[in-house]
Amino acid sequence: MTANRLAESLLALSQQEELADLPKDYLLSESEDEGDNDGERKHQKLLEAISSLDGKNRRKLAERSEASLKVSEFNVSSEGSGEKLVLADLLEPVKTSSSLATVKKQLSRVKSKKTVELPLNKEEIERIHREVAFNKTAQVLSKWDPVVLKNRQAEQLVFPLEKEEPAIAPIEHVLSGWKARTPLEQEIFNLLHKNKQPVTDPLLTPVEKASLRAMSLEEAKMRRAELQRARALQSYYEAKARREKKIKSKKYHKVVKKGKAKKALKEFEQLRKVNPAAALEELEKIEKARMMERMSLKHQNSGKWAKSKAIMAKYDLEARQAMQEQLSKNKELTQKLQVASESEEEEGGTEDVEELLVPDVVNEVQMNADGPNPWMLRSCTSDTKEAATQEDPEQLPELEAHGVSENSGSQEVLSELRVLSQKLKENHQSRKQKASSEGTIPQVQREEPAPEEEEPLLLQRPERVQTLEELEELGKEECFQNKELPRPVLEGQQSERTPNNRPDAPKEKKKKEQMIDLQNLLTTQSPSVKSLAVPTIEELEDEEERNHRQMIKEAFAGDDVIRDFLKEKREAVEASKPKDVDLTLPGWGEWGGVGLKPSAKKRRRFLIKAPEGPPRKDKNLPNVIINEKRNIHAAAHQVRVLPYPFTHHWQFERTIQTPIGSTWNTQRAFQKLTTPKVVTKPGHIINPIKAEDVGYRSSSRSDLSVIQRNPKRITTRHKKQLKKCSVD
Amino acid sequence: METAPKPGKDVPPKKDKLQTKRKKPREWKNPESQRGLSGAQDPFPGPAPVPVEVVQKFCRIDKSRKLPHSKAKTRSRLEVAEAEEEETSIKAARSEQLLAEEPGFLEGEDGEDTAKICQADIVEAVDIASAAKHFDLNLRQFGPYRLNYSRTGRHLAFGGRRGHVAALDWVTKKLMCEINVMEAVRDIRFLHSEALLAVAQNRWLHIYDNQGIELHCIRRCDRVTRLEFLPFHFLLATASETGFLTYLDVSVGKIVAALNARAGRLDVMSQNPYNAVIHLGHSNGTVSLWSPAMKEPLAKILCHRGGVRAVAVDSTGTYMATSGLDHQLKIFDLRGTYQPLSTRTLPHGAGHLAFSQRGLLVAGMGDVVNIWAGQGKASPPSLEQPYLTHRLSGPVHGLQFCPFEDVLGVGHTGGITSMLVPGAGEPNFDGLESNPYRSRKQRQEWEVKALLEKVPAELICLDPRALAEVDVISLEQGKKEQIERLGYDPQAKAPFQPKPKQKGRSSTASLVKRKRKVMDEEHRDKVRQSLQQQHHKEAKAKPTGARPSALDRFVR
Repeated sequence: MTANRLAESLLALSQQEELADLPKDYLLSESEDEGDNDGERKHQKLLEAISSLDGKNRRKLAERSEASLKVSEFNVSSEGSGEKLVLADLLEPVKTSSSLATVKKQLSRVKSKKTVELPLNKEEIERIHREVAFNKTAQVLSKWDPVVLKNRQAEQLVFPLEKEEPAIAPIEHVLSGWKARTPLEQEIFNLLHKNKQPVTDPLLTPVEKASLRAMSLEEAKMRRAELQRARALQSYYEAKARREKKIKSKKYHKVVKKGKAKKALKEFEQLRKVNPAAALEELEKIEKARMMERMSLKHQNSGKWAKSKAIMAKYDLEARQAMQEQLSKNKELTQKLQVASESEEEEGGTEDVEELLVPDVVNEVQMNADGPNPWMLRSCTSDTKEAATQEDPEQLPELEAHGVSENSGSQEVLSELRVLSQKLKENHQSRKQKASSEGTIPQVQREEPAPEEEEPLLLQRPERVQTLEELEELGKEECFQNKELPRPVLEGQQSERTPNNRPDAPKEKKKKEQMIDLQNLLTTQSPSVKSLAVPTIEELEDEEERNHRQMIKEAFAGDDVIRDFLKEKREAVEASKPKDVDLTLPGWGEWGGVGLKPSAKKRRRFLIKAPEGPPRKDKNLPNVIINEKRNIHAAAHQVRVLPYPFTHHWQFERTIQTPIGSTWNTQRAFQKLTTPKVVTKPGHIINPIKAEDVGYRSSSRSDLSVIQRNPKRITTRHKKQLKKCSVD
Repeated sequence: METAPKPGKDVPPKKDKLQTKRKKPREWKNPESQRGLSGAQDPFPGPAPVPVEVVQKFCRIDKSRKLPHSKAKTRSRLEVAEAEEEETSIKAARSEQLLAEEPGFLEGEDGEDTAKICQADIVEAVDIASAAKHFDLNLRQFGPYRLNYSRTGRHLAFGGRRGHVAALDWVTKKLMCEINVMEAVRDIRFLHSEALLAVAQNRWLHIYDNQGIELHCIRRCDRVTRLEFLPFHFLLATASETGFLTYLDVSVGKIVAALNARAGRLDVMSQNPYNAVIHLGHSNGTVSLWSPAMKEPLAKILCHRGGVRAVAVDSTGTYMATSGLDHQLKIFDLRGTYQPLSTRTLPHGAGHLAFSQRGLLVAGMGDVVNIWAGQGKASPPSLEQPYLTHRLSGPVHGLQFCPFEDVLGVGHTGGITSMLVPGAGEPNFDGLESNPYRSRKQRQEWEVKALLEKVPAELICLDPRALAEVDVISLEQGKKEQIERLGYDPQAKAPFQPKPKQKGRSSTASLVKRKRKVMDEEHRDKVRQSLQQQHHKEAKAKPTGARPSALDRFVR
């Protein structure tokens, strides 16, 4: 079937071909040579038709191969009939014209335009307006901030603010109606007139007025313009410098640095040609930089960065390179400048003047480098001395024992040093001895007599008296000691060691105080008193007196005052201690009853220990009981809430330390301390503060009113905001 | 041509002088404007210089205490306070320069003992007006006398054991009143002014006016042995045989507090003029310090092995002198330590003690009066050498230095003796506070003012400056309550909130990192602090000085 149909279609095709070929033949009658060419095309077509038989693309594409004279309306063939026709294609002319381009553009614009947005709802618009108005108002009002702050901090404010001008006539007016009458006055006026001093208008003399008039308007204008320009330039350069400074790129800075160096070199070359003296100075500078570099450790691979790189260098080629670079930079910087010699070699005999000059430069620079350098000037002997002094003084004697041949001066120095070192050694030893004051015996024996004297003192201390009588005796002994051993003797014998040992003794005593029972507390009283800054004076009478005292003692033997007091103190201490809370419930979790107590473990477990309070004020005062209870009546009068700017009570306390009453202050001070914060003038209307009152020019009110009157005026920024809102 | 000398120009300003104003007004810099109309220059321009030490005396802010870091606003307040203090103290120092009178002392020639100079010699040497201040009242009839000077030092009241009560203007010797109360008089005291007189009689306390008219009989204060008047609080403190210390507010006539000392009979009492604390001496050798606000003594000091016979406190409140039955005279430091500074055993012990305004100490021993002087006003009297001694016609029963005068009044069995003690009284008086020359009108005015400035009784405490401190306990309590109420601490430091940064550095990771950093830093601080504390503890625990010896175990 298909084959038949195919054959039919082929037939039809051939018929059509023939029909079509008719005019062609007619046309080609003159040129017969193209006949074989036609055959080839036909063959091609056939092939195409065959190939189009299979697949979906079975529809035959009509092709008008040649122009025919009569184009029938039924025979219109559309090329690329599958494509959609675009409006622009219709408009496209044969050749593009500019007028059409604009139309096209408009068309595209029309196409891109979307529908008109909905207007925002009323609330949102109002909100935005409010925001804008608020911002603007806040900005306007912010100029009042310093004024408000000043007024808040002011010691006193006086209202009303506008002050009435005092009705004092200016001096000119007074003087104008005044005439010199007495001869003295006349003389003075004459003098004034002679010197052209102002008499009636004392502000400006004629000379001053003339000088004021001297500068013309144009001149002034020019000058002002000049100044303005200079200012503008300056600010421009400043801004530029700031901008460049901010650039963080390392590469950029590297490039800039390089450029600068190159430029400097060029300039230097030029300078050398033009002004050798200046070049010399420049060279000196470079030399100085080299010296600085040599001194510093800047490029020595010793910095933080360099160290980190050194670690990485093993594995990282780049790091290695960076290190190398740094080292090479150091080398480069520390290299001695060879400019002069090079130039000498290069320029040789070309320019005699320079040849003469350049070596000089080199020499001078070296001299300069050497001249002020104190290290280079040192002679050998001084160096040795230095070394000697710097050495450890303890090694010095050994040095001397070696017997190095030295001149007399150095020997003197050495002998002095030796003495010093011996002293040092002594000190050292004595310090050691102090450290082991109660150490081994042989060491003690080796020492000077001073420590031996001390031992009895040390041994003496532990005796402790038990009874009143003994205490009395002790007191006597001490008195005797005080009397019989005057200070200078003691000081002479014990020399410098006593101050070292003194502070130790009280400390030990204190420690002991904690250990001994309270019974013996008062016995330590007299030494503790002795340690006070003010010496105790205890006078002793003759024997009669002593007998008398003995009698008194016997009379008071019955009532033990000290024991009673200690007991009282102990009770007070106990009472003031915070109590532990015992939460044990007898019989809970175990057997209970008469005679049964909860176990110790349980009691321990349920005992809440009270936190230890602060130490008592009379902790170290054996003869005093100080009441630790709070005086609540007085506390009611104390400040209990910190006022505003203070964060710590110490700060506030400092501000109320000075009394303000007239009892403690002079009248003036009292008045000043109690001045009222605000003073008003009676009978005057106090108007609100105005801009003019505080020195502002324009009134802030007008700004405000502008905003309030036409709130529709919105800045571009706020327009943007509006848009954003609408998009959201 | 200038004829005026200019001494002030070349002299460089002394270093220790303070200028009142650091910033001088601009006019002073210009020498031309310093000149007056006559063209003469001020030889001493600017305010008078004041020595720094004098200014320091009036400074009250303790700058040694380091304050915690404060905000700018707080700092400005602190600066204002400090500037105010400096200004006021400079002003006070400058006004002190106006005090013309200077105290004088007896000074013996080389080796001469001033104690050997007797009253007759002194009277001979001084001017007539001063010589008139030495007198004896021979009142042998009515037995040993107690006496009291009024606060201005102008009036003297005395009461004899056998009922004789008199008040007089002792300078002019004009008698105000003289009565016999027909009862034993234990003590006598002027109230705030010379117009009122409190007399402790055998049974009760009576109050008389300056005419000798009995105004009140206060039966709640019975068997009073000693009286003490606190002028700024308008309190009359009475110590009774029954062992009660009673405070009577004389401005309203109310008993403020009646405290039981629980120490038997009270007959030794004195007041501390600095803080209005009452010192009571007891038979068990202790001195107890009392305030009407507390039921218990503020402090108890064991002073003597026997009973305490007399107590006196000096005008600065720094030193307390006590004498006991053990014949000792001790001077204690009252500035927190309560330790004796000096001790002296007297042959018979001192029965009465008194301090003068300038710190002289007098002790009455039998019929002898000994006076000791210190180095200056703020130093304790040195008990080595007496400054003056005087023997009276009978045993001493009452002692008091007259305020603002170099006079010591002694009451004894033979009457009253007024002694001259050079250097005892304060030479300059405050005319507004206690003016010896005031008129009746002035006295009345002062009375009103003093009543208006009356200090409440409950403010009496050991350290009066403590009232200018914040009540820390209440403050902390309030804070705690607030935290409980709110559920959070409003004053707590807000957690660190990193600031937003530009250029995309505000990523969440970096924010977290920054937060972490701050947290770590805080943690490190905490650890550092705790480590330091540990170190401190260890350093404390370590035995300082010598190494512990094996022999230590035998040391008790």
